[in-house]
Amino acid sequence: MALWACRAASYLRISSFPRAFSTVLKDLKYADTHEWVKVEGDSATIGISDHAQDHLGDVVYVELPEVGTSVSQGKNFGAVESVKATSDINAPVSGEILQVNDELSEKPGFVNGSPYDKGWIIKVKISDPNELNSLMDDEKYKKFCEEEDGTH
Amino acid sequence: MVPFAGWSMPIQYKDTIMDSTLNCRSNGSLFDVSHMCGLSLTGSQAIPFLESLVVADVAALKDGTGTLTVFTNDRGGAIDDSVVTKVTDKHVYLVVNAGCRDKDLAHIGAHMEAFNKKGGDVKWHVHDERSLLALQGPLAAPTLQLLTKEDLSKMYFSDFKMIDINGYACFLTRTGYTGEDGFEISVPSENAVDLAKALLEKSEGKVRLTGLGARDSLRLEAGLCLYGNDMEQHITPVEAGLSWAIGKRRKAEGGFLGADVILKQLQEGPKIRRVGLISQGPPPRSHSEIVSNSGENIGEVTSGGFSPCLKKNIAMGYVKSGLHKAGTEFKVVVRGKSYDAVVTKMPFVPTKYYKPS
Repeated sequence: MALWACRAASYLRISSFPRAFSTVLKDLKYADTHEWVKVEGDSATIGISDHAQDHLGDVVYVELPEVGTSVSQGKNFGAVESVKATSDINAPVSGEILQVNDELSEKPGFVNGSPYDKGWIIKVKISDPNELNSLMDDEKYKKFCEEEDGTH
Repeated sequence: MVPFAGWSMPIQYKDTIMDSTLNCRSNGSLFDVSHMCGLSLTGSQAIPFLESLVVADVAALKDGTGTLTVFTNDRGGAIDDSVVTKVTDKHVYLVVNAGCRDKDLAHIGAHMEAFNKKGGDVKWHVHDERSLLALQGPLAAPTLQLLTKEDLSKMYFSDFKMIDINGYACFLTRTGYTGEDGFEISVPSENAVDLAKALLEKSEGKVRLTGLGARDSLRLEAGLCLYGNDMEQHITPVEAGLSWAIGKRRKAEGGFLGADVILKQLQEGPKIRRVGLISQGPPPRSHSEIVSNSGENIGEVTSGGFSPCLKKNIAMGYVKSGLHKAGTEFKVVVRGKSYDAVVTKMPFVPTKYYKPS
C-alpha cells in the first residue's frame, strides 16, 4: 500500500520519517507528555523536549499563559501549533507562573531550533517539590522515547 | 506513516511540511496518490449516464479534456468531487477520492445497474491495476518532457492523453491539487516505482517526494476543497462556491440528482457560502467556530492551518450569506479565545495553471 513511495524512498537512501537521534539533556527531568523541567532552587523552567519538537515539525505559534496564574501537574496550560497540528502543553510540576517566554510570540521557531534554551516556555515557582519524583531522568526518558517510536 | 482510507500513507518524507510546501512552489513535488480511485466508464451511453449523476456538461467537453465536477445526492448535497475527462464519446475517465471509494462505487454501480436494465449501454472498469503519481510545480513539465516524445507545450490545463512515459503506457492529465502547473500520471503499478525514480532523477533531486501534510497545505493555499472537510453530503456545490462547475446546459435542463434544490439555490442564492479567511492568533482548524464581532455564531471553519508561503493563518469555512464578501471582518474562536479574521478572496496563493495565452 503506497509502497512505491517507500521503496523509491529507500532506493534514494532517504528516510520516510524525520527521525534523527533526538537530544536528551542530562540535568533535566521529563514528563511522559514530553515536557522538560530545569530546577533551580524553588523555581522550575519548563519547555518541550527535542523529541517532541521533532515530532511536531515547524512550530508556527505558541499559546502562552499569563504570569501570576497557576498551573497544576499533568494539566494543560498552553499549546504549540505546528503547520498541521495542535499539541497541548502540560505542566510537569504545579506552581505559580513567574515568567513566560514572550519572545516566542515573535519567534516560535525557537521551540524547534533551541528546545532546551531559547525555546523555554514558562518559569514557575514550585509549590510541591515532591512532584519532581514522579518525573523521568534523562536515561529513563531516552528509553521511553525509543519505546514510543518503536510502537509507531 | 498514518492509516488513511485503508492505506498506509506518509504525512511527510524527509523534508518538513514547511520545506516541502515551499519546494513544490519553487521547484516541484512528486506525490504518491495511488490511494485515489481511477475509473473508466465505457459504452455508447457512458456520457448520458454519468451526466445523470454529476453537474458537469460532459457532452460539451472536447475529446481529451476534463473538468472538476461534483457527484450529487437527491438533496443536492455532494457525494464526492472528482476530475472527469471525456476521452472519447464512448469513454470517460474519472478519479474519485480514496475516502469515498466504497460509497462512490456503490452509488455509481447501483445507478448503472438500473440504467442498463432500462436498455442503457454502460460498462465500468476500476483501474486497480494502475497507480497514480502527481507531479506538480514549475519543474513538472520540463522534468516530464525528458521522459516522453509527446510535446507537452501543446497540452494545457485539464487536457488528457494516453501516452508512453519512460516506455510505460500512461494516462496523463494536466491537473493537480496544489495550484501549480503539473500532471497526474496513471501508470501500470508494476512500473510505478521505476517511473517515480526516473522522475526524481531527471529533476536532479529538485523534485522531492512529498507527503500528505504538504499536499494539504498546498491545496489550502490554492483554495481547493477537501472532501469530508470543506464539502459534505449536506453541502451543495452552490454553497461550496462551485457553481462554475455546473454546465450552462445543466443549469437550464437539470437532469442530475438534486437538480431541483441546486437550480433553486442558483436562482435565490444559497443561505450559507464557503469563504476563505485570514486570521490572527493561533491557526484555526476544522470546527473552529466563526462568530460576529458581537459574539453571535455565524459559521464554522472547515479547514485551516498556517500557510508556509504567506506565513499567515489561512482557513476556509462556511458563513451566512451576506457575510461572505471579501473584507468582511469577524472572529474565529480557538480554544475559547476569539481572534480577528477577515474574509479573503481565494486562491490565497496565485494559481499557475498552464493555459493557452
